[in-house]
Formats: sequence, structure tokens, C-alpha cells
Amino acid sequence: MVLKAFFPTCCVSADSGLLVGRWVPEQSSAVVLAVLHFPFIPIQVKQLLAQVRQASQVGVAVLGTWCHCRQEPEESLGRFLESLGAVFPHEPWLRLCRERGGTFWSCEATRRQAPTAPGAPGEDQVMLIFYDQRQVLLSQLHLPTVLPDRQAGATTASTGVLAAVFDTVARSEVLFRSDRFDEGPVRLSHWQSEGVEASILAELARRASGPICLLLASLLSLVSAVSACRVFKLWPLSFLGSKLSTCEQLRHRLEHLTLIFSTRKAENPAQLTRKANTVASVLLDVALGLMLLSWLHGRSRIGHLADALVPVADHVAEELQHLLQWLMGAPAGLKMNRALDQVLGRFFLYHIHLWISYIHLMSPFVEHILWHVGLSACLGLTVALSLLSDIIALLTFHIYCFYVYGARLYCLKIHGLSSLWRLFRGKKWNVLRQRVDSCSYDLDQLRLLVVAVQGLIHLLVDLINSLPLYSLGLRLCRPYRLAAGVKFRVLQHEAGRPLRLLMQINPLPYSRVVHTYRLPSCGCHPKHSWGALCRKLFLGELIYPWRQRGDKQD
Amino acid sequence: MEDERSFSDICGGRLALQRRYYSPSCREFCLSCPRLSLRSLTAVTCTVWLAAYGLFTLCENSMILSAAIFITLLGLLGYLHFVKIDQETLLIIDSLGIQMTSSYASGKESTTFIEMGKVKDIVINEAIYMQKVIYYLCILLKDPVEPHGISQVVPVFQRQSLTLSPRLECSDSHHSLQPPPPRLKKSSCLSLLRTWDYRCAPPRLANFFFYF
Repeated sequence: MVLKAFFPTCCVSADSGLLVGRWVPEQSSAVVLAVLHFPFIPIQVKQLLAQVRQASQVGVAVLGTWCHCRQEPEESLGRFLESLGAVFPHEPWLRLCRERGGTFWSCEATRRQAPTAPGAPGEDQVMLIFYDQRQVLLSQLHLPTVLPDRQAGATTASTGVLAAVFDTVARSEVLFRSDRFDEGPVRLSHWQSEGVEASILAELARRASGPICLLLASLLSLVSAVSACRVFKLWPLSFLGSKLSTCEQLRHRLEHLTLIFSTRKAENPAQLTRKANTVASVLLDVALGLMLLSWLHGRSRIGHLADALVPVADHVAEELQHLLQWLMGAPAGLKMNRALDQVLGRFFLYHIHLWISYIHLMSPFVEHILWHVGLSACLGLTVALSLLSDIIALLTFHIYCFYVYGARLYCLKIHGLSSLWRLFRGKKWNVLRQRVDSCSYDLDQLRLLVVAVQGLIHLLVDLINSLPLYSLGLRLCRPYRLAAGVKFRVLQHEAGRPLRLLMQINPLPYSRVVHTYRLPSCGCHPKHSWGALCRKLFLGELIYPWRQRGDKQD
Repeated sequence: MEDERSFSDICGGRLALQRRYYSPSCREFCLSCPRLSLRSLTAVTCTVWLAAYGLFTLCENSMILSAAIFITLLGLLGYLHFVKIDQETLLIIDSLGIQMTSSYASGKESTTFIEMGKVKDIVINEAIYMQKVIYYLCILLKDPVEPHGISQVVPVFQRQSLTLSPRLECSDSHHSLQPPPPRLKKSSCLSLLRTWDYRCAPPRLANFFFYF
């Protein structure tokens, strides 16, 4: 197999020295992590490598020599470099050489022992692959079969070369902690050797987050203890609490906040990403809610809304009554028998009458209610939308009843028609059924609109809850952090010289980012998607605006 | 070392295949297809605008004209960015993997890299497309769960539909599968045939696929 040497791009112009890194024998590849410069004392180098090996569990060793000088190495230098091979024994021994200012490199790998296979040569062919150490260190590889988890343990032969390289660089972080301003026994060149990367804001935030998290975590545990007390388990409150989507959304947000402010550190990158996504989602929610609040409370819009509510309700009720009169009497109406027509019509008219009476009873209080509902927007836009959805459900309950009766009848008719269609496709014309029962029981457009609006509101809430904003932002601004794989580019090549490749990170496509990192949605409508909503409307299956007992709990 | 030949795809369009040989362990095959022709672009734009003008005379609404311009621009951008491929490249690096890059007319490049350890086999598949039989090269990937199973079939040059049809002269520029001799199995290299004569059976016929 061709020997692959992964060389960091930051060390391309470094001075001569020793190559420090890890050798992966199964894939016949050498991952160079840093260059150790002359002068050094071999004992100290061995001590440093032993320390790094213990701290990072990576088999770091001296892999060979790196020579960056004016001309080809002279005889004395050549012999000196070879003698280093005796001081740091390693199989195979790499010798990389580059002329100062030159483009082409020379690499050799020699094995001191006799080769085991009779046909294999004593010197291996070497392929140089350059990689950006900082990007590879910070990125997470999302291979289709391997999860992005750095604690996957030692890489086995079944994982590929790329996973081994990313894993090695990520776990050797302890080697990169010292820079050239430190007074250490050895001088290393790596991506942080010009100065360790750090940010004042990040450090301050880290220091401040401890006490803040503690305080908020205790407040949140108090709130959850109050909400779990026995009063809420009694029958009317527990029934309401399970049916209303506002309570569900509040519970969901409480869970999120507890996760964000928990004092336990995230164990692996997946949990950290989930925390970050939750923070971003909560922040967006609150920002949108505050915008809605400022719009609502400005210029007495609430007063206008409250004033407009009662006339609109009256108008709707009048239209519904006209429609029912028309359906009961006119020839294009309910095609069931006349008595059933009258009964259903009168039943619906009574519902409408009741509803109008309630609206008139409530009209003095509407403005206050709307004002308090508007205040709830500062908890988040999703809470305001859930509250709105619940209010619509309560106000239009009568319409919902009509919708239920109508949808059930429509569903029955559709089933009947579909059985007729099956019969027809069997090429049998049933003479008896020459008349087709046309279900011309037209649902009022308002009914469908209300139900559709409720479904859309729930989907919007679900979308805000589950969209991974932090991951999407990371993919947009720092695409190398989420890696789907790598891509190679062949650099300028000359016959007789070793092949040089540049390895770059291939970022994850947006669809896979959303799919991998989406937050688990609340139990509001786990089965709903936009397509399912349209299908249910068309086929006449019932859409429930509140949670059902059988819904999945997350 | 570079080499260029021209072929035609299954619909009769011209394709140019370039072969670059970097080293014994690295080769690149580059397939380029003709650019967007001005004639077809003008024809489509004129059709859309004539239809919009017809609608405008019916409805007397000037929004239709601006909508037509908007749709044309969006459609052209979408076509250049998502559909029109200028060039497809296949880079084979021994003991590392196979890389397939598609470059679109808008400059976008989408790359897939398959590690050599994941490649189970490379086969020539026979497929029935409309009224003809076409042969195409594809890569079979190993299934991590089941050792004898196949997780994915990846066709090479899928967008340009370069096929190995018996009508084409295949000499030097086509690569075909040869099972590696047993002692070299570990290195899993691709070997290139000098000529492929259609009169002899293709080395390994996999499955029949029906395409519509």
C-alpha cells in the first residue's frame, strides 16, 4: 500500500526538525501533528511525548525528520539525520525534505527490518496530503455510519483513514497548548505556536455562567415543584391542562430552560450542540414575542380589535343562519330525507344562538382579556400563538362541532363513493345504483378556514420549537465545523516526485444539518406535517386542535 | 500526461473525455459537456414573454409582465445553479479513495469522496432505458451492518449519462472492472484495460435495471 503522510499546512515553512505524530499501521498512514526544532535533548523529548501519550491516549511518537534548507542536505547533515533514526526508533522512518523557496518536495520512507512479504520493496512510495490543522481540529465529521462523537474510543481497522485522522488531531489537543512564548524544554511548531487562541468574552462568560446558572436553576426547580403540586392533579384542572396547547407549550419551554441552565456540563459535542440550539431557539422566540408585544400595545390596537370583535361575530352568525336556512329548504341542499334535514338544521341553529348569547355576555371583558393575552407574548411568540390557538378553539367551538358532524358525514360518503369506484373499476355496472348520491352537503368555507388556521398555527409553533438555529448559523458562518467528508485537490506535480494532495473539508448540506440536529418537538402534534394536514382536510379525517391521549410524549 | 477523446451520450449530445495521469497511483477523468446554447435560451425566453404578453392583453394587468421577467430570471438562475452541469470529474487515488466532483454552470461544485475501505466492488450494470440497452459503471459500497450486503449503488458520471454502449469505440479511455488478482487484493487498486471489445462479454454483469 502507498504510505500516506498527512502534513499540516502551518508547518510547511517551519525550520528543520523532527516530525512528531501518530502512525496508523492498519491504513499505512502517518499523521504529523507538529515539528520539533533543533536544538533539543532526546531525554526531554521522550519525557514530553510520554506525558502527551498519557494525557491524550494517542500513540504520539517521533515519526521522522523534516529538512527545510537552502540546498539538498549535505553528507554530514544527512548522516546526522540518519543517526537520529537510531535515537528515536520508529518503523517506518520518514524523511521529508524541501528546498527553501522551492515548490517540490522529496519524501522517503525506509524500513530498517527486512520486509515480511517477499515482493514488497524496502522503500515505500509516499503520498503527501496537506491538511489545515485548525479546521480539522474544530470540525466534527458526520460520516453516514459514524455518529459525530469524539469519544468513540480507539479507531479500529473498520473505520477509515479520515475518521482516524480527525480523531487523532482532535484528541491531541494537549500537544497544542504551548506556544513559542512559553519557556519550555522543547520548541514545537503547530497551528497555535504563534500564540494560543482565546477570547476575553468567552472567558468572562464562562466565569459568570457558574453563579447565574445556579441561581436560575434553583428558581426553575421552584417553579416546577409548584406546578407539580397536588392541586393541579384534580379533575377539572388536569383535564384542562392536558387539552390546552398553552399549558403544553409552557411545560415544553420550562423543560428547555431547565436544560439550558442545568449546572451539569455537556458530556459530548452532540449534547453541547443541542443546548446551543435550544438557547438560540428560546432567544428567537422571546425576540419575536417582544416585537409582537410592542406592535400590539402601541396605538391602542387592542381597543380597535376588541371593538371589532362583536360585530364580526354577529355577522358570522347571520351568514351561518342564512346558509342553514338555504340548505334546509332549497333543492340544492342536504339530499337526505326531509325530516333529517330539518332536525340537523334546527340543531345547528340552536348552537349558533347559544354562541351569540355567550359572545354578547363576554363583550365588556374582551379588552381586558386581550390585554393580558398580549402580555403573555413576552414569554415567547410560541406561547402567544398557542394562547391564540386555544382562544380560537374555544370561541369557535360551535363551528368545530359543525365541522365534526360534517366531516363524519363527508367521510362516510367518501367511503361509500370509494366502494362504488372499486365496483366500477371491476367493470361491473350495477343497474340498481344508477343514481349517485351526491353528497352536496357543502361545508361552509369558514369552517374549513378555521380548522386550517388552527392546524397552521400548531405547525408554526412546532417549527419554531424544533428548528436547530445554532447549527444552521454555524453551517452558514463557519462551514468547516460541520463536515460531511473531505475533498482532495492534486497540487502541482512533477514526474519522479512524490504526489502532493491538498485535503479540504466538505461541509454538510443544509438538509442533513436540519435532519441531524432537529430538536425533539413537543407533544402538540407529532404526527402532523404540512402534507398530512392537507391530506386530512381533503379526505375528511378529523383534525383535533388539542392533544389526544394517544399522542406520543417526548 | 493528458489525453482527450470525444464521445456521444445516450441522447446523441457530444461529450469530451479528458484523461490525466499524475502518477502510478493517481488518475483523473474529466467529462465535459457542451455549454448552454444561446439559441435554446433565446427560444425559451421568447416563449415565456410571448405567453406573458398574451395574458397581459387579456387581463390588462401590468403585474403579469413584471412577474414574467422575475420568473425568467429566477428560472435561469435556478437552472444554472442546480441543473446545468459543465463538467464531471473522477479522481482515483490508490489506497485512499475515489472522488467524484460535479461543477455546475454557476460555479457551484459538489464533491463526494468514497474511501477505498468502503468500496465493495465496481461493476458494469446493464439497464433498459426506453427502447435501448445501456451499460454503465457503478460503485458498490459495503454495508457496515451486514458483511455480505451492499448498502448503496453509486453510478459514476450519473448526470452526464456516459454509457458504455457497444456502438462506442472503447479504447484506452474507458475503465472497466477487473477483479484484482488474489495476492494484490489488499491494495484494491483499479486496473485499466487498454481496449474493451464489445464482442466479448463484459467482465461482470450485475443486474438488470429498468429505467423509465
